[in-house]
This record gives sequence, C-alpha cells and structure tokens, in this order.
Amino acid sequence: MAIQQVDLTKIKPYGDTLNDGMVQVSFTLPVPLGEEAKEAAKRLALKMGLADPSVVYAEDLGVGYTMFVLYGKCQHTVDFTTIEVPKVDVEAMDKEGVEEFIAENIGRSVVILGACTGTDAHTVGIDAIMNMKGFHGHYGLERYKGIEAYNLGSQVSNEDFVAKAIKLKADAMLVSQVVTQKDVHVPNLTQLVELLEAEGIRDKVILVCGGPRINHELAKELGYDAGFGSGSYAEDVASFVVNEIVKRRLI
Amino acid sequence: MQSKLNLDQGLIDKARASARKIAEDTQQFIDKHTTVTVERTVARLLGIDGVDDIDKPLPNVVVDNIQDGGGLPLGVAYLIGNAMIFTGKEPQQIAELVAAGELDLMKIPLAEEKKLKSTVTELCKKVVDRISQNREKRNELIATLGEGKQPYLYVIVATGNIYEDVLQAQAAARQGADVIAVIRTTGQSLLDYVPYGSTTEGFGGTYATQENFRIMRKALDEVGNEVHRYIRLCNYSSGLCMPEIAAMGALERLDVMLNDALYGILFRDINMQRTMVDQYFSRTINGFAGIIINTGEDNYLTTADAVEEAHTVLASQFINEQFALKAGIPEEQMGLGHAFEMNPDIENGFLLELAQAQMAREIFPKAPLKYMPPTKFMTGNIFKGHIQDALFNMVSVMTNQGIQLLGMLTEAIHTPLLMDRALSIENAKYVFNNARNLGDEIEFKKDGIIQQRAQEVLRQAAHMLEEIEVEGLFSTIQQGKFAGVKRALDGGKGLQGVTRKHEKYFNPFIDLMLGGAK
Repeated sequence: MAIQQVDLTKIKPYGDTLNDGMVQVSFTLPVPLGEEAKEAAKRLALKMGLADPSVVYAEDLGVGYTMFVLYGKCQHTVDFTTIEVPKVDVEAMDKEGVEEFIAENIGRSVVILGACTGTDAHTVGIDAIMNMKGFHGHYGLERYKGIEAYNLGSQVSNEDFVAKAIKLKADAMLVSQVVTQKDVHVPNLTQLVELLEAEGIRDKVILVCGGPRINHELAKELGYDAGFGSGSYAEDVASFVVNEIVKRRLI
Repeated sequence: MQSKLNLDQGLIDKARASARKIAEDTQQFIDKHTTVTVERTVARLLGIDGVDDIDKPLPNVVVDNIQDGGGLPLGVAYLIGNAMIFTGKEPQQIAELVAAGELDLMKIPLAEEKKLKSTVTELCKKVVDRISQNREKRNELIATLGEGKQPYLYVIVATGNIYEDVLQAQAAARQGADVIAVIRTTGQSLLDYVPYGSTTEGFGGTYATQENFRIMRKALDEVGNEVHRYIRLCNYSSGLCMPEIAAMGALERLDVMLNDALYGILFRDINMQRTMVDQYFSRTINGFAGIIINTGEDNYLTTADAVEEAHTVLASQFINEQFALKAGIPEEQMGLGHAFEMNPDIENGFLLELAQAQMAREIFPKAPLKYMPPTKFMTGNIFKGHIQDALFNMVSVMTNQGIQLLGMLTEAIHTPLLMDRALSIENAKYVFNNARNLGDEIEFKKDGIIQQRAQEVLRQAAHMLEEIEVEGLFSTIQQGKFAGVKRALDGGKGLQGVTRKHEKYFNPFIDLMLGGAK
C-alpha cells in the first residue's frame, strides 16, 4: 500500500496514522471527581475541536478539583504553506568566527551588557549566555576575544541598566526574563525601550531580549532588535550583535 | 553509621576545624556590629507592629527615629526601655507616639541604666516564653498527630494571593506533602522593610507578612488535623530583613526557614557585612524557636558546574554548620542544602549524584539535609523532566535525605499548576515507598566510581577551607570563590544599615535565647 502524501495545505496532528488528528491533553476542572466531571471534560474537549474524546484517567486533587488525561481527534487543520515567522535573520557563526568578524570588521572591543531586569531574580539564562563557562559546552560571551561582557545579575532596575549602559558605552544590551507571572515581563521590557528613547540612545545600542517566553516576533513588537527563545547560545546572540553593529554602521 | 564511602575521618575533622576557625574569625566582626533590621527585629519582638498613615511599618518608624538621632549603636532595647520608664507606656504605644510625631526617643532624658535594662528585660522574657510555648505546641502536635517519614515531601505554593495559596497548600497536604513553602514575591528580599497585613498581589510568589504567616499556619493546622500529619510551614528568612522574618516566624510557629549565611551576598548582592550580622541574629531566633533552617548551597550549582564545583557546596555546608552552631542551632535543625543539578547527558552522572548525596549524609549525620531538584537542565520536555525528577527521588531515598524539595515536571515553564504538584507528589511517594530500604541493602564497591568521587570532593573541599582559613571569609568572597560570584566588602545593598555597637549596646534577646551562652 502506498503511503499517503502529506497535504501541506491541510495539516493536522499525527498519532500513528496520517490525519488521525490524535491529541493528548491534560487539564484540571474545578469540580469533584465523578461521572459528571468526566462528561464535563469530554464536552470541553468537543468544544476544543477534539472529536471522539476519551477520558483515560481522572484523579481527585484534594480540594474537590479533578485532573484529567484525555485523548481526542483534532478536527482542525492549518495551511503550512502560508506560514511566515519572523526570525533573527543572521547566519550564526561559532565563537572563533565571531572573534574574527570583530577583528576584521569592527576593529575594537564590543561592549555588551546583560541583566535580569525588573523583579526577575533568575539569572540562569543570562548566565548561560554571558558567563565564562557558558552552557552545554557553548562558552559565554565573557570568554570571547574582542567582547567586553558585563553581567549585571538579577533584579536590575531599568534605570540602573540604562545608566550603566551610558557609562560603559554599551554597544549592545541583553535583557533576560525568565520567571514571570501574569505577563509582568511585557511592561518591564517596554519600559526599557521607553527609557532608552527618552535618553536619546535607542538607535545607538543594539537591544536584545531573551527567555523561555520570548521569541523574535514578540521582541520586534516590543521595540527590540531581536529576541531569542530557549535553546539559544552565546554564539547566536553574538553573531546577531556583531552583524548588526556593521549593518547599522555603529562601528 | 558505617561509612559506605570509606571517607577519611581525619580529613573531615580537619575541614570542620578550618570552618570553625573561619566562623570564629567572622564572629568577632559580627559581635561588634548591629544593623537596622536587627534593631527592627528587637522592636518587633517587643510587640511593635502595624503601620503609620503612609503604610510605613512601625518597627521602621522607631528604628529610623533612633538612627536619625544617632542612637542606633545603643540598640532599640536600650532606648525603648528608657522610653518605657519615661512614659510609663508599652512599646507599641510608644511606637505610635513616635509615628504621630509626639515623641522623639532620642530627646528623652536617660534613666538609670540598670532600671531601664531590667524594665525591658522583663518584657523580653515574656516574648521568649511565648516563643518557647510555640515550640512546645509544635512538639505536642507532632506527638499527637504524627508526621510524614523523611525525606519530607516539600512543595512550594506561589500564587501571589495568600487565600489562593491556602487552597493549593491544603490540596498539597491532602495529596501527601509534609512541608509547604510559600514562595515570596520576587523582589521582597531587597525591601528594607516587611510589608504589613494580608496580601493578594505578588509576582512569582506571595509577600511574607506576619498576617500571611498566621493565615497559612491556621490553614495547615486545619488540614493537618484532617490528614493526621503535622504539616510544616516554610518561609524565607533571607534578604535585607532576614532576622525580622525569623522573629515573625518564631511568633507564628513556622517550622522551616530558608536561612543561609552567604546566599544573600552571592545571589542578591546584599552587602557582606550586613548579611553576616543579620544571619547571626536570625539564626539565634530560628535556633531557639526550633525552626529547621535550610541553607542555599544548591544555588551555587545553578550558576557553576555541578561536577566541577561540587566541593564548593561541601565547603559552604561546613561553614554554614559552624555559623549555625555559633547561633545555637543544633545539628537536628540544620537543613544543609545541596542539589541534583548535573547535566543529564553525563555518563554515570547518577553515580556521581549518588556519591555526593551519600557523602553529605555521612559528613552531617544528624542534619535533615535539604535536597534540591534538577532545575538547570530541565528543558520544557515535561515527559523527560518527570523522569529526571524520579532519578532525583531515587538518590534521595537511597541516601536518607531529610527534606526533599520536589521537582516539578513543568520546571522552567511556569510556577506549578495544581496538577503539576499532584504529579510530583505522586512521583516521590511512588519512588520513596517502592525503594524505601534500598539504601540499607547496598554497599559501594571499594575504590569504585562512587567511593572515589566522594573522596575527591571531600579532598577538594578540605583544601578550599584551608585556603579560606588563611585568607579570611570576606576576602574569599571578594575573589569570587563561591559560585563564581565576586562581591566587594563595601559593595552591594544595605551597607548603610550597618553600625558599630556602642559599649552600652543592649540586646537581651541574644542572651535569653542562647541560654546565657554567647
């Protein structure tokens, strides 16, 4: 039997057969465990567009709320051929590549400041990008020849961050936002852009944000030059920054 | 306990002696100084609470009044004692008069020293009695209700709203949790005051306030009665108000407090002189109140590599142990911290984690070790994350850890959902029960990977402590030897709140809580 071709204009989830639409979800409903609760979960799944919903597991969570594991067949499709996602449009170089690029095209040290701003105290992201040691075998910016990296750490106010950037004549500012609640990172990121504009230096620095809930599209929307999500390393950020310095003639 | 790791007891003793020397050197500095939060703590213990008409806490009002008048080196107890004699009123009424601008503590004639000291000491004894009663009440509840087996299942709630936290905490207790930690709102550690009243707004956590402590204590006592297990309540005696939070916890019968001698310096950039003085009084209170402290060594491994820097964790545990002993904390209340933070791609990483957990167990045999879950290498792949947490639970039960901070499969995504917590409790209960006595059945191969790893980490830690002993603690931190973080002696937040004590300085709580010993 010939294998069915994927129709990219109408894709849907794959379980074990093309177009079976199989989806697994788990969620909690604020009602006590029982047949009615299971029925409620199924009806909710139908509203999500999941046909033939089947509650495979339900458990009381101790406060009269019930957790479900549920399977269903998704009825919706998306057209893959029309999707366009804005991405950081730079070929990533490795550490040596970035170092050579700086030596050849910039000819001076590039100053990069990084911070976890606002109330965020989780430096794991900014540390992974900046600290000597780096993350997962990818050295951080502190180790790059030609880059002067300053990691300001956690809970830095936007005001302090801007003041430090002016003092150190930063070429690029990296903002990390890891743990956020109720989307507090959005107004915090926006405020930094406003401060830089008020100081008249927004066009003189390359402004980058990163974190598990950040992507390039959101970053651009908020007035940043680039955004990096999970799985980005120092060389990705460095490649963007050094290219952007040349592109914007900030040498 | 028979050593499974063949550790060199002589080397352990030597490391411990180095740490003792380090703590003693630093203690000389501590004994000569006080801070604004230490004095606010005294004010709180004397019963001063509430806020003025601009929501400024009255302990701050009183301490600011004294500091502005240059009286901080004498201490709040001295000056409140004096004001009690002058006004014939209680500390709370005195604080209210200061807030109203009707009294300046620095412009009252000084009474006879002996008289003012005895007046205030009498009041202090009543407060210390109340804290003793809380301690007895805890023991009594544990005796009648019972408690979970170690490793205790420790989970966090972090909704920002204390009433929502209550719902989640009670659910967690019914699911099997033994310890509930109410995570503080991000940023509270850098506030130089403790907010007042119940709160419903916070980011990534809930404000630590005395009223919030009271609300959660009541809720956990209720659910403890229902599930027939004493449920412990944990908060954070850390940041710029470290001893104030300890006092609030002692008054409201909290059971566990995050409380580290070095954490604030390294990870919150709080001035090291400030932290050293603050940690001493906070620990004196925690020790007396029967509160288990949790130290923060696990955090080193979120910034530094868990394999290469394992010895810094052990060195810090030795130092935390000695500072805790200085403040009268018995070993049974020392929840020394460490973590399961190695890169999961390392071949035999599980063996190295097992070696280090067993090593901590053998070196600190009576301590209810606090073991922290994987966070750094949690990826968002919740399915793999759940397995990482299962391996973490396995190491814990095999090595008899004391307090297991449960890993969440959704670590690195969001603060735990109700069902995330249920799944992680189920995971821990399954592994702990299924492998309860596995550790008792196992001996490690002589000179095998596990024994050699533990011996190597101990050797490096002993060497590091020897260096710090020569160099001094402050100087070591300035060089960035812990967690790869460098801090300056005069840098960081809160230095302006540190002052040298006057020879007449008076704080009766230290003597009362340490039982006359200093």
